[in-house]
This record gives sequence, C-alpha cells and structure tokens, in this order.
Amino acid sequence: MRHYFRVDWRAGLSLVGTLLTFLSLAFVVPIVVALGYGGEDLWVFVVSMVLTAGFGISLRRFDPNPTPGAREAFFVVAFTWLFAAVFGAVPYILTGNGTIAHPVNALFESMSGFTTTGATVMGDISFDTHSRAIMMWRQLTQWLGGMGIIVLAVAILSQMAVGGAQLMKAEVPGPGISKLTPHIAETARVLWIAYIGFTVLLIALLYTLHLAGLAPNMGLYNAFAHGFTTLPTGGFSPEARSIEAFSPIVQWLIIPFMFIAGVNFVLWWYVISGDPWAILRDNEFRFYFGAVTVFSLVGTVLLFFDATLQTTETGQIGGNIERSARYAAFQIASLTNSTGYANMDFDAWGNPAKALLLFVMFLGGSAGSTGGGIKILRWLVIIKSLRREIFTTIHPEAVRPVRMNGKTLDEEAIRGIYAFTLLFLILFFSGFLLLAADTSRTADFDPHTLDLLTASIATLGNIGPGFGVVGPMGGYNEFPMSSKLLMILYMWIGRLEIFPVLVLLTAAYWRS
Amino acid sequence: MRVIVVGAGEVGQSIASNLAPSNDVIVIDRDDRVVEELTYSHDVLAIHGDGTTIETLREAGVERADLVIACTDSDESNVVICGSVKTATDAFTIARVRRRTLLETWEGSQGGFGVDFMVCTDLLTAQTIFRISGLPAAQDVDTFIGGLVRTAEFEIATDSPIANQPVREADRYDSLTFAAIFRDDDMIVVTGEAVIQPGDRVVVIGSADSVTTFADDITRNNRADSDEIVIVGASEIGYQAAREFENHGYRPRLIEQDHDRAREVAEELPHTTVLKSDATDIEFLGREHIDEADIVISSLGSDEKNLLVSLLARRLGVDRTVAIIENLEYAELFETVGIDVAINPREETSEEIVRFTRTNRTEKVAMLEHDRAEVIEIEATLDSDIIGQQIQDSMDALPDGVIIGAISRGGELVTPRGTTVIKPGDHIVVFVDSEVLDEVVEAI
Repeated sequence: MRHYFRVDWRAGLSLVGTLLTFLSLAFVVPIVVALGYGGEDLWVFVVSMVLTAGFGISLRRFDPNPTPGAREAFFVVAFTWLFAAVFGAVPYILTGNGTIAHPVNALFESMSGFTTTGATVMGDISFDTHSRAIMMWRQLTQWLGGMGIIVLAVAILSQMAVGGAQLMKAEVPGPGISKLTPHIAETARVLWIAYIGFTVLLIALLYTLHLAGLAPNMGLYNAFAHGFTTLPTGGFSPEARSIEAFSPIVQWLIIPFMFIAGVNFVLWWYVISGDPWAILRDNEFRFYFGAVTVFSLVGTVLLFFDATLQTTETGQIGGNIERSARYAAFQIASLTNSTGYANMDFDAWGNPAKALLLFVMFLGGSAGSTGGGIKILRWLVIIKSLRREIFTTIHPEAVRPVRMNGKTLDEEAIRGIYAFTLLFLILFFSGFLLLAADTSRTADFDPHTLDLLTASIATLGNIGPGFGVVGPMGGYNEFPMSSKLLMILYMWIGRLEIFPVLVLLTAAYWRS
Repeated sequence: MRVIVVGAGEVGQSIASNLAPSNDVIVIDRDDRVVEELTYSHDVLAIHGDGTTIETLREAGVERADLVIACTDSDESNVVICGSVKTATDAFTIARVRRRTLLETWEGSQGGFGVDFMVCTDLLTAQTIFRISGLPAAQDVDTFIGGLVRTAEFEIATDSPIANQPVREADRYDSLTFAAIFRDDDMIVVTGEAVIQPGDRVVVIGSADSVTTFADDITRNNRADSDEIVIVGASEIGYQAAREFENHGYRPRLIEQDHDRAREVAEELPHTTVLKSDATDIEFLGREHIDEADIVISSLGSDEKNLLVSLLARRLGVDRTVAIIENLEYAELFETVGIDVAINPREETSEEIVRFTRTNRTEKVAMLEHDRAEVIEIEATLDSDIIGQQIQDSMDALPDGVIIGAISRGGELVTPRGTTVIKPGDHIVVFVDSEVLDEVVEAI
C-alpha cells in the first residue's frame, strides 16, 4: 500500500486521544465548584467531560499501540493544544450565557485560557451573567496550560517516557529543555511540583491576607482563582477590574509571584532542593531580574513625575511614591513575562510610560518558565552575539564563541534563535497588517493604530491586554469574527513557539 | 541503579536504551550533537564532556553511581575512564576493549586498571561465531576468574579411560571437580558412587591446566574431524575464532593473504591449517575443496570484502556463511542478499554488557544443557551464609544441586575440599541447578 502521508498520523492522533482522555479529568474541578455553589451548570461540565473523554477514546482507536517518532511530536503537540482549546470551549457554548456562547468567542476564550494569554471576549465579567463554576473553569484552563498539558502527561503517564522529551521540547517555552534527572518523567514531575508548590503558597498567602482582614474581597474563591492564573502568567480574573479590585497589599504580594512565574522553573527546583546560589549564577535570571528592576524604577520615575496622572479608581498617582512604585512595578512585572494582570487602567498613562510597557511586551519570560513571548534567553544570546559582531568588526581575526552560563553555544543554536526572533517579529507585523485590513471593513469599530499593534503582540506573545479598545479594562469582543480567528491562531502558535505549528502547514512535513 | 555510560557510539547507545527503562542512566559523550540527539531520543540524561576527566564524571554524579560502563571506541580511554572513576568512588566499572592483550594483562591481576569487568570485543565475537556456527560442541568450555578457572562439558566415548568408572575413581585429576553428569535428559548430581557411563555428558570445573589435561586424556579419539570449518581472514576476530574452534575440538582452516600474519597465527594455532592465499582466487578455492566446507566465516578487514567472500562461498555450494559486519546498517541488508548470519561485534558487546548488568552480583554465567544448569562466578561477601564454615558444613545450608567447583583467593586457585573454609572476598565458581539458582545466589 502506498502511503499518501509520510507522517504516521494514526499514531499521532491516537496519542492526542490519550492526552485528551487524560485531560478530561480536569473537568472534575469545575464540577466540584458547581456542587459547592448549589449545582449551577453542573450538567454542563459532566457533559463536557464525557464528550472530551469519548472523543479521546475514539481517537485512540486509530492505532491502539502508537509509536510516534520525532516528526509526529509536532503533530501531537499542536493538535493536543488545538483540541484542548476546542473541548475547553464546550462549557462556554453549553451554558449559553453572555457573549462567549458564540462558538468562535468560546474558542477564543478557551484558547486564550490554555495558552495563558488572558485576552478576553467576555462582555460582562461578573457572576450576574456567568456561574462560579464557569468562571473557575476559565481560570483553571490557564493553570493547566501554564506548565503545559504535555509536561503534566509526561509526569504522570508512564507510556510517555519514550518520546516524552521530544514532545516536551515542542511544548516548553524556550529553545530546548534541560533534563534534571535521567528519566524525563521525573524531570516533568519536578517542574510540576515546583509549579504546584508556588501556586499553593500564593493561594495560602492570599487567603491569609483575607483572614487577617487586609483583603476583604479576597475570599477562598478569589484566592484560588488568582492562584490559578498568576503562576501560569495567565492574566484572567473573575473580577472585571482585574487586580485593581483588591487592596494594595494584595497587589504587592502578587508582584513577586508574577516575577517567579517568569523564571525558569528548573532554577526554582535547584533553590528548593538546597542550592539557592544556582539561581544567582544563571545568566538569564540575572538579566531578567536586572531588566525588571531597572524598568520598574524607570516606570516609577515616569509615573511619579507625571503630575496629571490620576483616575477615579486610583486617585492621584503623580507625586505619590507608593502608588507610582506599585503601579509601575506591577505592570512591568505583569507585561514583561506576559501575565497580563492590571492593577489599574494603564491606558491612562502618559506616552513615555506606555512606550515602556509596549517595549517590555517584546521581552517575554525566561526559557523554561510559564511566560510567553520571545523570551529573555533569546534576547540575551542576541545581545551577546551582536556584541561579538561589533568586536569582530574591529578585530576581524578574532575567534569568539558566544558563552551562556560559562558554556559555549553552538553557532547553529544561535542561528536558530535569530530565525525564531525574526519570524516572531514578521508574524507580529503581519498580524498588525491583517488586523488593520480586517477591522477597516467594519464601520462601527475603529481602533487606533496603537491598539492594533498591541492586539497583535498581546495575542502572539500570549500577554492578553494591550492599549485602547484592547486595554486592561476593555476586551477583544468588538473585533470581527475573522480577526478573532486570526488571533486564535496567533495565540496557538505563540504558545507553542511557532515552529511546531508552522511545520504542519508545510507540504514537506506531510510528504517526504 | 544509577548507571553512567561513557561513550555514546553504537555500543553506548544500545546499552543506554536497554538499561534506561529500569535504571537511571547518564550518558557522557564528547560530541555535542550526539548529546543533543540523545537527550530527545532516549530516556536518559546526556552530558557533554570528556569522560576521562574527573570534573565531567562528577557532573554526571559519579559519587552516587553504582555502575560505570566505559565503551568509547578507544581501549586506552576506556581503561583510563575506569581508573578515573576509582579515584572518586568504588562503583563497579566495566571497560570495553578491542585488544585481547589488554584483557590478558587485566586477567593477570584482579581489578587491574581499576576495571572490575572487562569485555573484549574480538574475543566475544569469536565466541559468538562459534556459538552460532551451530556445530555440536564436542566439548563446551567456559572460563572464569580471568581465565584461572575453566569449566567444560565432555561427552564420554565408549573407549574413554573413565567410562564405566564410579566418580570416586575417576576423580584422580589434580584441582579438578566433577560437577554433574547429564544422561539423556536427566541431570545426575555427582556423588562418589555414581558411575560414569558411555554417552554421558560430564561437567568438570578446575584450573585451566587440569581441564586441558583431562580433555586430552578422555577425548583422544573424539575429534570432530568430520566438520569442515573455513575461516577467511586472520584478523584478530578470525584468529580468535580459529582458537575458539580449536578449544572445542575442531580443526579449522584459516585463509590469510599476508605472509607474515599467516606465519604468526600458524605458530599460535597448532590444530589449525593456515593457508596463505587470496580467498577470492577461484582456482585456489577449488583446489582446496572449499566448496565442501560446512561453514565459511569471513572475517576480513572490510564489510564489502566479507560480503564478496560470503557470496562466492555461497555460489561454490557452501552450506552456511557467516560474516563479520562492522556497519550495523549493512548487517540486515547483507543477510537479505545471501549471507546466512551477519555478526556485528558492537552489537555483541552491548548485549554482553547488558546481560552482565542484569545478573546482579554474579560475575559470570555459563549456561549448560540449554539452561538446565548454570555455572556462576560469585564473590563471597561478609553477609554471605557460607562464610567462615567448612564447605561440608555450609553445603547443608544450601539446597541440593549445588557444587562448589573452584575458589580463587587473591588471584590464587584453591581447590575446594570438604574442609576448605570460604573467606570474604573469595571468588567462587559454583555449579547450580537452574531450579535453585535464585535461592543459591541469595545465600551466597
């Protein structure tokens, strides 16, 4: 028999089926929440769970004993994420409440959740329209997507041991993965343990603040909801005004946790397992820490000397050192590593401060963190290799390998980093053009140029909010459906770092 | 178990993938790309570095390792790796070597070079050639404790000097122990009164010299002259294979083109007919009736030449052709073209090492009569049940079907008698009925 496809798509689909079946267990959480709040929307999640598991099991029939190779890894990862988003959207459609009942909107919200983007098309973010279970599901999708569905599966399912590293490489942010232990399952477990550990810690601290009377509206529900979306650099909040709804002390507490989420979790594992200095020796961490600190200080200065800066919710910011520092540090931490929380409507900031925010959106988190974007590691390598270019211009005979953490980098790896960064920027500008063209068709929706620029980077970089209509207190609901589909695609390829999805679109992948 | 494999060539990768599912495997290699590839293709931790240096070994966590396998393509590196490992820890070390001389040097001194177990690729391949040549073993020989001890199985002919004698009388050879008698399908555990009948297969364990003397004595008229074995190419493997056949009572013919080499091996192999000629010379092959050979083994230096010789032999009408194929990817292809068996020395090596790591503390295993019984080499440790007792007493503690065949103490052979006391650190060669094997290994 002559095979039309050179990719073993049966094995690939079968593995996707296994992963989906496994993922269907996640519906237990909203089911528990629904039971806790009087059973509202309970049936929705039971049906969703059955549908997901049923679809997963039927996919497994394609090949009961799959042996996917390196090439199938792209297929498996890309489709697992696509199907996760599709089935994650089912509850939104089934409940039929609000704007997200529309299938495209539901998929947008679900994709935005799993990819930890945090861009929302929810028209009315309140418990008046949506049940608590639905809102918690929205938060949970981000938590699952943060450390990664595949990483979780590799950690738990023994059948993923062989080839698991290949799959994780396609999913984990950054140019590669570092194994901590000989067995990939153990490495995956370590990452998830660190991730769960920080999540639990944040939830406990938030709830402690509530019990201490310092955070009146940070009840158990909100503590869980925000624990679920801080560590994955997600950005969804069941509060319409995001973190602005909470007291200053809660905002201060969330800042270090957003920072933590943007650090390579491998480093956190070293810290937890008794080598706290490992993190300070790491080039990427130092660069990330330095960048966030410097930009926060610059932001604080900009806000402090902006005498006119005030909103009705925040009061006078200019001239107030605590407020300037809090708002600048929070937004820099939030937008650098793609979280997308807002503790005020930063659209009100002056131009220099907004330019600073736009700039940090292009940084991204660290490799191996839960953050999106281009990633600190890539920028660091680019800066180092550019410095080398300048040096070799002066000394043409000089041989200078690029070093990272004391180890020399392969020239091919550097080339790969340039290629990724360039491709990311090309997609960003193409997205901007396409959105501009598409939105011009609609008469009653006229976003500013800057709004469209930030919409493109906020979806491709999995950040969430931008400026103007897509600002922190706005949303993506007004965009035409075609634009939403493009942005769904952008979130998808942005989370998987472009190549695993892009190769699927080439004929060469399927044929020879 | 934490296993460090140094050298990710064919042997290293094969060992790593075999051990990965049930062990923590760390692989060290000097090639960046190999390390990168290994990270994703195998469930192991791959580290880039030079395995002979202690920094790299430390990075791989050598202090916590239970086993280090040095299998780079260089003999010297492998020996140095084991030496380096021993400076940091006393993990068990396995070195793969190509040259037999290194193995001989190592065998002369227990634990020399810091190597605890040495696998000689060429010797191993030669043994495999013999095993798969499919010829009935006139005598089956295995060596233990670095060649100090041999075990052999002989078929007793009617005119043999020990035929129809009770074991008590037959047991007149120095430092030689009768371990078992196989009669038809039954195994008879040796007692003084058991009578050795013609047609029995007798298993003996003893010093190398005593087994050779015994063999010459009882098999005078038992040479398997009828089987025609032709080995083409006196490469190290070819030479070792010829020796292996000699050891098992055959008289192989060895064809070597180079005059000096032919002379050299002819001096070493008294029972082999060495012919100096080009094996692709049809006239010579016809003159020597190579077409009547039962088996032709090609062990020339190149895969292509081996293929050519095998195909030629096939055409002349040889029953069975065996070729040494260094390139693993060729092996399967050549077998479809017409070679009966392609043997890859690297594959054999990795299999041997994997087999070895799976046999626990047992240092060497020889299987007898299709696994009815085994002869194993074990180092007696402090917590062993048989320490500090006379053998006749400790035998009561062990199940039936166990015979202690030989003991080596500090490189010296001690012939076990009823009154011998076993001390910690002794290497013991034991004949064990397969049914009680686990129990015995546990006890010792």
